[in-house]
Amino acid sequence: MTVETLFALCACALVGIGLYGLIVQPHPLRKLVAFNIMGSGVFVLFGALAMRGAAAGMAADPVPQALLITAIVVAFAATAVTVALLLRLIESTATASLADEPPSGD
Amino acid sequence: MTAIVSLVVALLLLWLALWTVVARDAFVAVAGFVVYGLLLSLVWVRLAGIDVALTEAAIGGGLTGALLLGAVGRLRGTEAAAWSERSGACTRAFAVLLSVSVATVLALCVLTLPEPPPTLAPQAAENLAATGVGNPITGVLLAFRALDTLLEAVVLVIALIGVWSLAPDRFWGGRPGPRYGADPDGILTYLARVLPPIGIVVGLYLFWAGADHPGGKFQSATILAAMWMLVQMAGLSDAPRIDSRWLRAGIVVGPLVFVAVGVLGAWQAGAFLGYPDGWAKPMIVVIELALLPTLVLVLALLLNGAPARSADSPPAPGETSLSARSTRPMPAGGTRQ
Amino acid sequence: MSVVLDVFSIVAIVAGLVFFLAGTVGLLRFPDAYTRLHALTKADNLGVALVVTGLLPQMDGVLAALKLVLVWLLVMLSSGAVSQLIARSVRRRECSE
Repeated sequence: MTVETLFALCACALVGIGLYGLIVQPHPLRKLVAFNIMGSGVFVLFGALAMRGAAAGMAADPVPQALLITAIVVAFAATAVTVALLLRLIESTATASLADEPPSGD
Repeated sequence: MTAIVSLVVALLLLWLALWTVVARDAFVAVAGFVVYGLLLSLVWVRLAGIDVALTEAAIGGGLTGALLLGAVGRLRGTEAAAWSERSGACTRAFAVLLSVSVATVLALCVLTLPEPPPTLAPQAAENLAATGVGNPITGVLLAFRALDTLLEAVVLVIALIGVWSLAPDRFWGGRPGPRYGADPDGILTYLARVLPPIGIVVGLYLFWAGADHPGGKFQSATILAAMWMLVQMAGLSDAPRIDSRWLRAGIVVGPLVFVAVGVLGAWQAGAFLGYPDGWAKPMIVVIELALLPTLVLVLALLLNGAPARSADSPPAPGETSLSARSTRPMPAGGTRQ
Repeated sequence: MSVVLDVFSIVAIVAGLVFFLAGTVGLLRFPDAYTRLHALTKADNLGVALVVTGLLPQMDGVLAALKLVLVWLLVMLSSGAVSQLIARSVRRRECSE
């Protein structure tokens, strides 16, 4: 198995792991971490495809790699907005619950 | 031998991802995520993407990690309540089923990819000389796919506006984050005095080297932003007021210059963002120079978060109570700068 | 000459890795934060120092070697400062409890 196939398969598993965390973890911050893992799985998959496209003396196709740099920066920006939203949510409701009805125990 | 290294890295990455996702404590999960980011940059090295590895280590691991760590400190109190809402066995079983199916379908797609793989590398190699830069990634970012980079810069500015707009009305125009107290003999203050000169040189070196070697404005901007954050956290300087005109000018200068160069291209070279013959390298340098302050300011301010205190009055004791555990807010009436 | 340098590199890097291994074992086995920090700083300082020393003869050019030394100095500076910060934060929490 080539190194790009290995990491492409690894990336598929990362997407699955991230998706699981996104569904199962109740706390929004944990969902955010899981979503970032899922996103990084997509990035690694794309990076493995870039390496498959190695040609013309380049070790990998530079076009997907440049897009990946853009993607990583945009993912950070999206994470920052989400964290700000989350902090505002607890500031105004004093809970980080995403349930429709806050738990009655509070 | 290298295959074994790749296999070990891949298995470690999967194990760490799983650990991060199922860990009970949010702090543990975020710490795991930072390590995951560093391991991921090793993966990028294995995948022949040194530029991507640098970006991942700086932004994916470093900045995102710092952002999440800050958030964990402020969300401590909400964890227990959220844990009581965790999904039941049925939902979890369903989630496992769904995740495994998604991963399996993706893996099947990977195993049936077309041969020979589609690639743009020959075209990139052929036209790189016309751009005057030696690093193909920089060539793609600023010449072949410059529109993407322009939109990315705009997205960053919009994200910052989004974060700022979450500020309560009374703090609009104020400063983000808590005011960190300075400890004149503290080790953090020492670090914040010794490290920034080195960091600024390394950052500018990465910026300049990015034309021909791995590196570039994103990695450089991250280092410069980190230096600024270090100085803020040591209490040597305060976060800026978000209504400062200089700050806002610095934030929009990158996209504005980028658009101006694009319009110039439409006028001189017949296409938006086209470069006239022989002018590609100077144009790229102008865009990168203009983007650098934008990126440094936006990355640092995204990390700072929404304004949390008004610009004029010193913070009331209650307003900094949400700050991270290890920081000591300055007593009311403390001097700034 | 190059054989001598290669042997030197291998010996230095393996010695560095031993320190990393010891540091990691200490991090996992030691009972409290202070002793774990103690284990970690050994790996950070001596381990990195030996690996960098081992890599120096393998670099092409003085400039690249100097960059490596700079990396080592930065690691020393940051790990020293960060372990101080961690230790102080642990100490503060102990005092407040």
